[in-house]
Amino acid sequence: MTLVLPESLRDVEAVTRVATPARLEYDFTAGRATTTFLRGILEHKILGEACPICHKVYVPSRGACPSHGVPTSEIVELAGPGVLVSYCVVNVAFHGSVMELPYVGGLIQLEGADMFLMHLIQEASPDEVRIGQWVEPVWRDDADLEATLESIRYFRPLDRPDATVDEAGHVVSWGPATRGGAA
Amino acid sequence: MLRAPLVIEYPFERTTGPVVGAFLTGLRERILVGITGADGRVIVPPIEYDPVTAEDLTELVEVGPGGVVTACAWVARPDARQPLDHPFAWALIRLDGADTAMVHVVDAGSPDRIAVGTRVTPRWRDERVGAIGDIECFVIEETS
Repeated sequence: MTLVLPESLRDVEAVTRVATPARLEYDFTAGRATTTFLRGILEHKILGEACPICHKVYVPSRGACPSHGVPTSEIVELAGPGVLVSYCVVNVAFHGSVMELPYVGGLIQLEGADMFLMHLIQEASPDEVRIGQWVEPVWRDDADLEATLESIRYFRPLDRPDATVDEAGHVVSWGPATRGGAA
Repeated sequence: MLRAPLVIEYPFERTTGPVVGAFLTGLRERILVGITGADGRVIVPPIEYDPVTAEDLTELVEVGPGGVVTACAWVARPDARQPLDHPFAWALIRLDGADTAMVHVVDAGSPDRIAVGTRVTPRWRDERVGAIGDIECFVIEETS
């Protein structure tokens, strides 16, 4: 197929790309459970909620236990430290990113929680980050706390023996693996 | 209950293909082009395939710059996302030499100045990038 252009367009550089940005503006209502979580953040607390039937602790809670369909009515304050159950070393910049490459995004099971939180891992070089590693939150100064997970600036390694994480990515032992018979 | 604004932006960029690319190139050069369909009708904006026979279309032709309104809708209270900050019309405009109409903005001033049959002409931006917004809007053609 050969395109026949009008004479006026034969000697000009052709447009081949066009920007078509999309912008969606929402007014986000956090809901009961997320509001509880974010108000906790304002007080330097990480609040989870427990299912009254299975006692699993969700953080941040969505307000109901997905297994039992009942409200997560009991509020549980978590200490902060947790275990890295998965992570990703980001080597490619994406549009709008302000992070210096490479950096690590981690999936963290906080001690006392039964689900994972995604957050940045810093103060650790990407090649020393590992599954099972203990990490702790680094908060903004109290005066700068806002109702956002960004009030926790990142998580950093904690000097504690690695936990044991199973192949499905759950912490099965919060301490080092014990091997039968080994000292 | 906490509430907050949440804004999501996607910085999409598309490749145009040669036919739409030619239309956008034309806009940048202040030239409007359509494409000749299998039955000889001129389609604006140009499309790659004939809408009836599906065959490749290849013959781009200049149209306009003036045209005639074939339908219009008055926007009395434009919001911030709309192309003009004062009341205007969205209109279907059949450019001179074209057999189809395309949508654009007409800065008509008041709704009683625009109707089916009103002649309009493009107001070009000074800085053009090869996009439909290179025509800031159409304005009502001066009658001499």
